[in-house]
This record gives sequence, structure tokens and C-alpha cells, in this order.
Amino acid sequence: MSVPTTSRPPSRPRLGVFKFASCDGCQLTLLDCEDELLGIADALEIAHFLEASGDPAPGPYDLSLVEGSVSTPEHVERLRRIRAESRHLVTIGACATAGGVQALRNYADVGEYLAAVYARPDYIETLATSTPISAHVPVDFELRGCPIDRGQLVEVITAFLAGRKPGIPNHAVCFACKRRGNVCVTVAHGTPCLGPVTHAGCGALCPTYGRGCYGCFGPAGTTNLPALVPLMHRDGMGDEDIDRFLHTFNVTAFTAVEEEGPG
Amino acid sequence: MNDPATRSQVLRVPALSRVEGETALHLRVHEGTVEEARLNIYEAPRFFEAFLRGRSHTEPPDLTSRICGICPIAYQLSACRALEDVCGVVVDGQLAALRRLLYCGEWIESQTLHIHLLHAPDFLGHDDVIGMSRFHPAHVERGLRLKQTGNAVVELLGGRAIHPVNVRLGGFHRTPTRAELRPLAERLRTALDDARDTLRWVAGFDFPDAECDADLLALTEPGTYAIESGTPAVLPYDRALPRRGFPLGDFSEHVTEEQVPHSTALHSRLDGRRHLTGSLARYALNGHLLSPTALEAAREAGLGAPPLTSETEDGRPGEVCRNPYRSILVRAVEVLYAVEEALRIISVYERPARPYVEAPARAGIGHGATEAPRGLLYHRYALDGEGRVTDARIVPPTAQNQGAIEEDLRRLVQAGLDRGEDSEDELTRLCERAVRNHDPCISCSAHFLELDIVRTPGPV
Repeated sequence: MSVPTTSRPPSRPRLGVFKFASCDGCQLTLLDCEDELLGIADALEIAHFLEASGDPAPGPYDLSLVEGSVSTPEHVERLRRIRAESRHLVTIGACATAGGVQALRNYADVGEYLAAVYARPDYIETLATSTPISAHVPVDFELRGCPIDRGQLVEVITAFLAGRKPGIPNHAVCFACKRRGNVCVTVAHGTPCLGPVTHAGCGALCPTYGRGCYGCFGPAGTTNLPALVPLMHRDGMGDEDIDRFLHTFNVTAFTAVEEEGPG
Repeated sequence: MNDPATRSQVLRVPALSRVEGETALHLRVHEGTVEEARLNIYEAPRFFEAFLRGRSHTEPPDLTSRICGICPIAYQLSACRALEDVCGVVVDGQLAALRRLLYCGEWIESQTLHIHLLHAPDFLGHDDVIGMSRFHPAHVERGLRLKQTGNAVVELLGGRAIHPVNVRLGGFHRTPTRAELRPLAERLRTALDDARDTLRWVAGFDFPDAECDADLLALTEPGTYAIESGTPAVLPYDRALPRRGFPLGDFSEHVTEEQVPHSTALHSRLDGRRHLTGSLARYALNGHLLSPTALEAAREAGLGAPPLTSETEDGRPGEVCRNPYRSILVRAVEVLYAVEEALRIISVYERPARPYVEAPARAGIGHGATEAPRGLLYHRYALDGEGRVTDARIVPPTAQNQGAIEEDLRRLVQAGLDRGEDSEDELTRLCERAVRNHDPCISCSAHFLELDIVRTPGPV
């Protein structure tokens, strides 16, 4: 903030926005809240938000929004510092919540990946895994999505400001689809769809546009993944296709559900 | 940096703000001379090119959009074009027009984001848009409104503004009806006024003198301002050299990635020279293909007539704008053009019979490039007969621009030192502005990472 004003309360809650391995899309969601942005900036002191502000301020922060996964040794250290300075820490998006698309490396030989992408792989410092924030520090709330939903982000910020739990339902995309009045793409067209096992939040976008859900919000609170597999087989997917379908934007999250069995 | 004439110093800006992604600046000054200026991109490696291998040929559009949340359409459409090239599929007619409309949405929102939220605060002396909004509320509100309209275009055609779901190989999963596009046209008509006002606003900014010594690279397309397709063309910095072009399939022969000795960051070079892609390059190479109103507005805003326009009114030939500070003007012209273009496409839109053309896989190598808001974005894929990706290569604009940005930094800091501006604060501000001029999107550069930040001061 370049000029202090007297019209605001002197101590507004302080917001920090931090980034690890990611595409910037989830923090951009905050800037995409065009209608709410100036209101949010009034209610909160945006203390640290590198993408938007040229004057990052040190902690402590009342609410820290963390985007991206932990994928370098430096990330681990920085994340611990941020946690120590944050009263509430909320992860935003699939990378921070489940390791993101870059967690595909977790099932590969990272040395080979490095050699495939970099001329001098020996210069690159990276971890062999891309892990969620919660694998390293305690997290107060995880907001899902690749990317997160704007409405859900505003709800989370509002809830933390009000000192209540965010009203983010844990149910599956199927609920949103029914509410939207969509015809079921699996039932009507035999299109493979992860809607029955995917966390709601996007508003059932993919089925609305005539395609199957590809699981970018990760697993819903209670899912029966094994029950969906025969349906995907019926609709022409082989085991390898199903494996790729589940392991893309929330690679590790669906794996965890598979291992746990029906929840 | 108290006494640059007698000491070696290293200026480090540990985290560059108001750019997308994460990068730091590193500057080494010895006895008043800038010996090294370098962007340290510490964005973590995300290995897209590696994990794309083995994926089905239908997957890269959704997967590569995750490289960058700021320009997902650019990734989706460059990927589509490269894969359609392998499959021998041409997407034309209304489907191609819809792609251009979608891309116009991304141009409007992304360029507007950069103009109002990231770049304008530099010209007006504010740390950020929030601080700026207290002094220029109408300009900020107009920017947010314009950005929202760009997002509305992407959301309607793509489902959401970030990582849209509706783009697929061969076209779209679902195409809109004419009626669905109608409310968009209403918003775009308001946006037309907002875009004109934005251009007038930024035209009033104070632009320091500067010139970017780099060749300019942009796609060109006969008869239209290239956005979603085209062939590479180069305007050399050396005025004695002619404009040239090359087939997209030869991209890797012309644009090469080099590892420079002092840094692990890969530098792209165009036929051995540093080059610049993006708004300045597009305006120089294709400006004459802008609409008459956009061209007129550009002239009113103080931009010279683009070089291929035969002559300006007063008889002088057109000029190439190479001042990186003035890129904000070209961005504003491009927003105006994209709004006009979106309205034009909607006005003649007929819903195509099918939302997509089938693109059955075949073995081969394909190339695709489009004009991301930040510049030319190139994809190349090799597929096997089963339609599996066996090799992927992605060259984003920021990686290509990095050499030109560093040269800008070197020259600006040298000029600053020569003027006696040697405090760390002044130099930092100068450098940050210089980088933001180029609107770099560091997320895209994820595989041009440099982690070993050299901190050796020069010999004293």
C-alpha cells in the first residue's frame, strides 16, 4: 500500500499469498474476483502478494493462502517459515492440496525426467517428489480445484475473516450436475466421467459442455471408486486409460482413495 | 551500492513482484560498469515435456494449459495446432472463428490485467493496483470491467477463465448458439468504449527513452493480425537487413536454446541473435493489418504508423516502436483490436454443424504456434502409430524474451549509473520496471530454471 488512509480500521487482518510449484492460476483467481477485489482489499491488508503488489510486507499473517506443491529443497524451508508466521494457513488448488499435475514425477524416474527436459540436469535442484503442503506442515483448510473456483475462494476468505468454518460442501460433482439440470453424459452417451467420485466446486462444468468430468477437483469426501471402474470399462476404457484418467491433475489424491477403498 | 566507481557490487532483488511466476534479478557491477545482468528464474521445474510422453494425443491441450494459469488458451490452442498438424487435420470456417474469438477473450483479459494491475502502477508511482485505486478509482474500475469482459468471453466458450474445459483437438466439445453469444456482444460494445478510454489513458503516461536491441519475431498470417495461427516472420534490428520468414516446421533450426557459461538458464536465440516476441514484435510485423479504427487509435495514442503501411499522412514512412516502456500502448491497441474482432466474429457467427473435426492419430511430428499475449508460443509433438506422445517440446515466449530483457536491464542500469542513480533502491526500481515492460510470465518458463545464484563480486 503506497499511501495510508485514515478511513480504514488501523489493524485489518493481514493476508499473505504464497506460491510454490504451480501455474499461478489459483492466485490469479483472486485477481479474477473483479467485483470483490477492491472490497477484499478494504477488508484485509494484502500484506504479501507478489503477483499483484510491489511492496511485500513481512509476517505475521492472519490468513495465508498457499498455492503450489513442494518440489524443491528450498520449498520445504520456505514453507516452514510461512507456517510459523501464519495464524491460519489455507491451501488453494490441486498443486497445494494434492501435489498437482507435476506429481506425475512421483511415479517416474526423476533423473530420467531431468535428462529429458534439461541440457544440464546436474544444475537443477529438485526433489524426487511433488507433495502437497499438508505433507510438510499443518494446514487449516484445503481448497480444491485445478484451478480453484472463484466463489469458493471468496467463501473461504469470508469464513476465515468471520472466524467460522468455510461452507464448502464435500459432495461429488454429480450433485452439481443434477442441480444444473444436465443430462448424465455417462448414462445418456456412454461418456466416461469422474463426476461420481470428484469433489464438487466447479459447477459440473465438463458435463455441461458435453464431456466427462476429468477430476480436476480431486476426490469427493465419500466415494466408491471401485464401483466406477466397471462403468469406465463398459464405456471403452482399458485399465491403462483409467489409470491415466485418474492420475492427472490430482495424481496422488485418487491413488490414496484407491488404496483406502470405498470411503 | 554507495560507490560504484571504486567497488564491485552485486545487486540482488530476491523476488520480483508484479510479474507472474517467480524470478529474481542479479546484477554485477564492477567499477561503475554493469558486467552482468541476469534474471534468475527460480520457478520450480515441473517436467511437462517429460510427463507428456506416453500420454494419448488427445491429452496435451488439457495438460499443457496447466503450465500457465495466465494464458491457458495459448497453451491449449498451440497444442491443438501441433497435434492437428500431425494428424493432418485442418480446423477452419466457424470452428476456426470460434477459436479466434476464444483467444480474443484471453488477449482482452490478460493484456488488461497487465496494463492495469501490473504495469500502470509503475507509471503512476504506486506499489500496486490497490494503492493506485485510491487515486485513480475510475481507471481501475474500468480495467477490472474490461478484464471481466475478456473473462466472460473465455468463460462462455471455455467454461471457466482459468484452464477452460471446452477446447479439444479438432475444435470444441460444445459450440455456443447464436443466442448464447448475444449477451456477450452487449458487454463487448461497452468494452469497446473502455478499451478506447484505456488507450487514451495510457497514452498520457510519461515514457522514458529506451530502445530494445533485438530482432522481432511474430507469427504472420495473410490479411489478418495473426493470433491463433500463422507463420514465423522476423524483423531484424539491423535496418539494412530485410524482413524474413521461415516455415513453422523449421522453428527449432532457427530458435535454438543455448546454455550460457555463467548461468544454468537456457537462452533462446533466433539465428544466433537475441530476439523479442510479443506486442512490440506483433505491432511491428503485423500492425498494418489492424482494423482502421485500431490503427487510427494507435496513431492518436502516439504510436507511429507500422512499417508496412506505405506512408503516414505527413509523408514519412512508418516506424518500428522498439521502446519497451511503450509496450503498454501496443497492449492497449491490441485490447481494442481484440474487442472489435470479437464483435466482428460474433456478428457473422453461425453455429457449425459439428462441434469438432475428428482428428484420428497417426505417427509423425507436428508443429503448432500461436500468439500468446506475451508472444509466440511454439509446441512440437511426435506421435507413434497408436497416438501416444513420444516426444514433446514447448518454447514459451518468456524464455525467448529472456535475452532481450537482460540486455535491457544491462543498458538501463548502465545509463542509470552514468546519471549517478546508484542507490540500491533506485536501481531496483529501474530494473523491476524494465522487466515488467516485457510482461514476462515466469510460470511459463518453468523449464528454464536457474537455481545457482552466483554471488561472487568482481575483482576489486
